[in-house]
Amino acid sequence: MSPSSLKLKLFNFVKKASPTRGVEYLLTWIGFSIVALIIFSAIFAPYVAPYDPTKRVGDLLESPNTRFIMGTDGLGRDIFSRVIWGSRTVLYITFLSIAITLICGIPLGLLAGYVGGAVDSILSLIMDAMYAFPGLILAIAIAAALGPSEITVAIAIAVIYIPTYFRMVRGQVLSLRESLFVEAARAIGAKDRTIIFKYIFPNVITSIPIVLSLNAADAVLTEAALSFLGLGPIVPPTPDWGFDLRMGQVYLAAKIWWPSTFPGLMIVLLTLGFSLLGEGISEILNPRLRR
Amino acid sequence: MVSLRVYIVRRVLLAIPTILILLTIVFLVMRVAGDPVAAILGAHAPQEEIERIREELGLNKPLYVQYFDYIWQLFHLNLGRSLIWGQRPVLVEILEHFPATLELSIFAFIVSIIIGIFTGAYSAQKYNKPVDHMFRIYGIITYSLFIPWFGLILQLIFGVYLGWLPTGGRIDPLMEPKHITGLYVLDSILTFNIPSLISSIKHLILPSITLGIYLSGIFTRLTRSNMLEVLRKDFITAARARGLPEGTVIYKHALKNAFIPILTMMGLQFALLLAGAVLTETTFSWPGMGTFLTERIFYRDYTTVQGTIVFFAILVVSVSLIVDLLYAYIDPRIRY
Repeated sequence: MSPSSLKLKLFNFVKKASPTRGVEYLLTWIGFSIVALIIFSAIFAPYVAPYDPTKRVGDLLESPNTRFIMGTDGLGRDIFSRVIWGSRTVLYITFLSIAITLICGIPLGLLAGYVGGAVDSILSLIMDAMYAFPGLILAIAIAAALGPSEITVAIAIAVIYIPTYFRMVRGQVLSLRESLFVEAARAIGAKDRTIIFKYIFPNVITSIPIVLSLNAADAVLTEAALSFLGLGPIVPPTPDWGFDLRMGQVYLAAKIWWPSTFPGLMIVLLTLGFSLLGEGISEILNPRLRR
Repeated sequence: MVSLRVYIVRRVLLAIPTILILLTIVFLVMRVAGDPVAAILGAHAPQEEIERIREELGLNKPLYVQYFDYIWQLFHLNLGRSLIWGQRPVLVEILEHFPATLELSIFAFIVSIIIGIFTGAYSAQKYNKPVDHMFRIYGIITYSLFIPWFGLILQLIFGVYLGWLPTGGRIDPLMEPKHITGLYVLDSILTFNIPSLISSIKHLILPSITLGIYLSGIFTRLTRSNMLEVLRKDFITAARARGLPEGTVIYKHALKNAFIPILTMMGLQFALLLAGAVLTETTFSWPGMGTFLTERIFYRDYTTVQGTIVFFAILVVSVSLIVDLLYAYIDPRIRY
């Protein structure tokens, strides 16, 4: 698929927003808006957040009121400001882990698919084994072994998704390798490197956005889960949704719900945003996928 | 088409490299961290103490020797001894915590199947109608649920505000039934211990609903797409042409035929179930493998952490093996 046909598909998608397709269209836009809004507030956190997220600004555990719309936590910090700043942590780790996944997963998939033979068999076997293993538990093991820091948590999350990209890219390379235009390129004496990067890679890259957005959703959940379990990327008092949720849990029995509910709600919202967006993108790029 | 026996042998042989690769990954992951002993004892521990534990764990040997030792010991079901609390064998501790996880998983799985199959079948029946869209959105939302948050909301509503159900633990204190299988519900039934049964079921409800709803969205989707496929087949048209009521066509003819692919996919969700169980357990202080693992990570009990992850790896591979063999038995078409 060339970039121009991508544009055409986007155009058709927007044009096709008829009443029957309205739901699809609406959901994609909702997803896009949620993600855009959270990214926006993360970038402009110093202007959006009313208070310093790491300093005491009110009484301890104030319930949501006009001054603190989400209340204050056990240390008297404004929860709304922490939620806004916390989006930076989550998004940073999510994007970092996706970058690592792409850098490792795509070349390995290209290599296995193009070279084939023993390299392919061994890589496939390793990737399949990793794919079968529960992702979160693998991430827990890696994060626990490497120790908590931003880069190690990003690596722990990335490792879970490398097999997904590997399998997808490899599968496509296998079918592209036999296609006519690659054969033609080979016939006129193109080098392997040229064939991989000029002929195969551009055709593989278009299918990545579908998986990308859904993986971002998963990565947000995994980052939050690691933070919740105490294996997160941050050092307190840096705000982080999963960690804040865990810290707020102790007040639950006293009916103090706001310190944990709001950070958790943000995790769900961001994940939902990425999921809806992913569904929408897959609908745009490949309408036959869904019935 | 190959015979069932050949298929079984082939499938078992295929599971061996998978297990070996996972064990190697676990080994490497636990070693890249550098020196676990320094991490256990802290930076200021006396040198001879560090040396003693290194020797005890075999960490002073070359890496490849350690690796073969590790595989050899695993082969003899030896996961080593815990580094804390009386240095109990890791396998014994795992087997103490596993029934709790198993019990939670079984109940959560039942919840998710019931919700998933009915919403999925109904969704397919009302294809492209508002109800269908609603259930599709339900599928996406459940996928996006952060288990600790969802569990917390349920704890808040049913535990804290309404006071109907306990918010944590597995059973009320001193109510544990006599140990037979380690599954409290089953043990209570086997020993006719009604108070224990009620208590354990009460404790099970919120965690299994949390985990069950999280998983149900996947089953909704699977059932829906499989049902839609089956509903297009000729025998459905034939059933309708014979004037059978729509309910009979959907739930008797179509659902029955959509079931095998759904079952196959269910086996694949086992890894997700385990990962979800880890989070559900920590949310509800459920004394299973997940709570155990995170607790020991916190104490830097390195052998136990390694042993638990190895246990998870072997469990996942074995379950997928068993599931595959079962389907091959049920549906001969699977034996390719």
